[in-house]
Amino acid sequence: MSTESAESGTEALLEAEDLELWRGERRLFSQLSFSLGAGELMHITGANGCGKTSLLRVLCGLTLPETGQVSWRGQRVMRNRVDYHAEMAYIGHRESLKGELSARENLSFDLQLRHALSPEDIAEALDRVGLARARDVMARGLSAGQKRRVSLARALASRARLWVLDEPYTNLDVAGRDFVDQMMSEHLATDGLVLLVAHQSHGVNGARIRQLELA
Amino acid sequence: MEVPGLGQAFALQVGRDMRLAFRHLGQLANPLMFFIMVTTLFPLALNPSPQLLEAIAPGVVWVAALLASLLASESLFRQDVDDGTMEQLALSPQPLALMLLAKTAAHWLMTGLPLVLVSPIVAYGLFLPQEAVPVTMGALALATPILSLIGGMMAALTVGLRRGGGLLSLLILPIAMPVLIFGARATDLAMTGMESVGAIYLLAALLLMAMSLSPFAMAAAMRISLD
Amino acid sequence: MWKFIHKFGSPPHLYRLSLLLTPWFGWAAAILITAGTLGGLYLAPPDYQQGEGFRIIYVHVPSASMSLFVYVNMAIAAAAGLIWRIKLAHAVAAAAAPIGASFTFLALATGSIWAKPMWGTWWVWDARLTSELVLLFLYFGYMALRAAIDDDNRADRASALLAIIGLVNIPIIKYSVEWWNTLHQPATISKMGKPAMDTDMLIWLLLNIFGFMCFFIAVLLIRTRSQVLKRSRDQKWLKQALGVA
Repeated sequence: MSTESAESGTEALLEAEDLELWRGERRLFSQLSFSLGAGELMHITGANGCGKTSLLRVLCGLTLPETGQVSWRGQRVMRNRVDYHAEMAYIGHRESLKGELSARENLSFDLQLRHALSPEDIAEALDRVGLARARDVMARGLSAGQKRRVSLARALASRARLWVLDEPYTNLDVAGRDFVDQMMSEHLATDGLVLLVAHQSHGVNGARIRQLELA
Repeated sequence: MEVPGLGQAFALQVGRDMRLAFRHLGQLANPLMFFIMVTTLFPLALNPSPQLLEAIAPGVVWVAALLASLLASESLFRQDVDDGTMEQLALSPQPLALMLLAKTAAHWLMTGLPLVLVSPIVAYGLFLPQEAVPVTMGALALATPILSLIGGMMAALTVGLRRGGGLLSLLILPIAMPVLIFGARATDLAMTGMESVGAIYLLAALLLMAMSLSPFAMAAAMRISLD
Repeated sequence: MWKFIHKFGSPPHLYRLSLLLTPWFGWAAAILITAGTLGGLYLAPPDYQQGEGFRIIYVHVPSASMSLFVYVNMAIAAAAGLIWRIKLAHAVAAAAAPIGASFTFLALATGSIWAKPMWGTWWVWDARLTSELVLLFLYFGYMALRAAIDDDNRADRASALLAIIGLVNIPIIKYSVEWWNTLHQPATISKMGKPAMDTDMLIWLLLNIFGFMCFFIAVLLIRTRSQVLKRSRDQKWLKQALGVA
């Protein structure tokens, strides 16, 4: 359906080749290929139900495509999950928090699976997203917007190279949305990669922004 | 970036699950209460004569343990899949097989081990002879982890499905039957004063096989369910 | 060589092949089973211990061995589908399951019918019969799991994993006769050495075993064809083959 390649001069870190996916009887997309390099943001748009989330899940390695493959640093993602996932952070529709644990405890578990972290690092991450005073509140007691911020803190502190964000603006107020834009800009500036699915247009400025529309 | 080793990841997962379990202590008691209640059903329904109870005691204890384990397996992964944390686990740089093994281990500590510890009391109520109790406890200590692992595999296969309950039992029971057979045999042999170590060894072999193979089956099943 | 195997993975090819081969296997099955059953009922000499009642062995043993054979086939097909992602292999596994379950049921039923005049009860908790019952539950579990999952692809993969897990039980069922000394006699036919059964009894048994095998292949071909029909509904090659396009 569409083929885009990285801009010349950028080494492609993420490569999608010939992806095809079905949902039941419906073909969501086929012959989808692109590559993404450092400092690039790929904005995926399309109507509801056209497969944006499914595409993200295929790119993360959660969903098996019908044909085609995804590669990270030249290695097939399905063969080498651990290395890929060490450099990837995913924010999906659900917040992925345990209600009976506090924000701090949730983050602590998720992040310590990735790398050694001190309690100060976690506190700092929560401060940056504006949850300084809600660090020890049980996740179930947080508002939807606050839970979203915890997810953002997780991505921030994960030191991941690739961010995969599925509708990150949901449940956030204007200040929150601006914060997400700022986070993404900083991440791109430090050679990070972003895969973004968002209904509304994002506020990230920069040369290396690419669009992918799913029909 | 140094990713933490397997042992550390295992410990983190077990720690988190135990902490969560302790904040929800009421739920944990369910399989244990179920185990005790099922064993009391038999004296209630049948003639509670010591001879009869002693004769059926091995069967009752082991069937009750199997049913309690079935009940517990239903809730092994469901909560994590529902709130999205399983997805994050599948996307973490740690092997999913190891994480699920850790979850199953924590689950056994909370639901299987109590059965083992309570079994002498239940045995007393069923007039199971004293000599057979240590062997029964040992056999249960080997069998309940196997049942947790089998339950884990089947729970991972069915976790996405809404029409659950009966299907999980149908899947677990055929695979769990050898455990039931050898376990009841061990108790039976011990009761009649015969050497039960053969059955114990068989259970130990099953446990080793389950521990080495089932985590991979669990991870494969979970990835299919998360697809 | 690879091309030959690769062709099997192609639905149109298998469809045509199945149309071609089914009558052959079907007729072979009919002839062999008729010969084996009639021979077993009339021509074979009566057993010195059990008299005439033992004749049910000519149906019981083939169905029991087929029940195990089909499960192993089903699991291998499922594994091939899972590992190498061959859709057709999943179709074969799905097609084989009810056939295997039917053989299992037949084995249990004939076992019961045998047991009643011989030992006075319809059911005995003999190790072999009980583990055959467990096999029936394995088949039911497989079919139930398939039915419970809506998405075809996920149903294929989940049930394939289940079938592979269930393989653990197969050695237990097969060797339950040797490990537990209950009602069943040990294996009569083995690869090495002389079979423990007399030739004039054995021949009808062998005929029936091969007959059941041909029956299985014939029915498997038919059912796989219908699975292909179901899965490739919208494909052009099928519409052309049916003359609908």
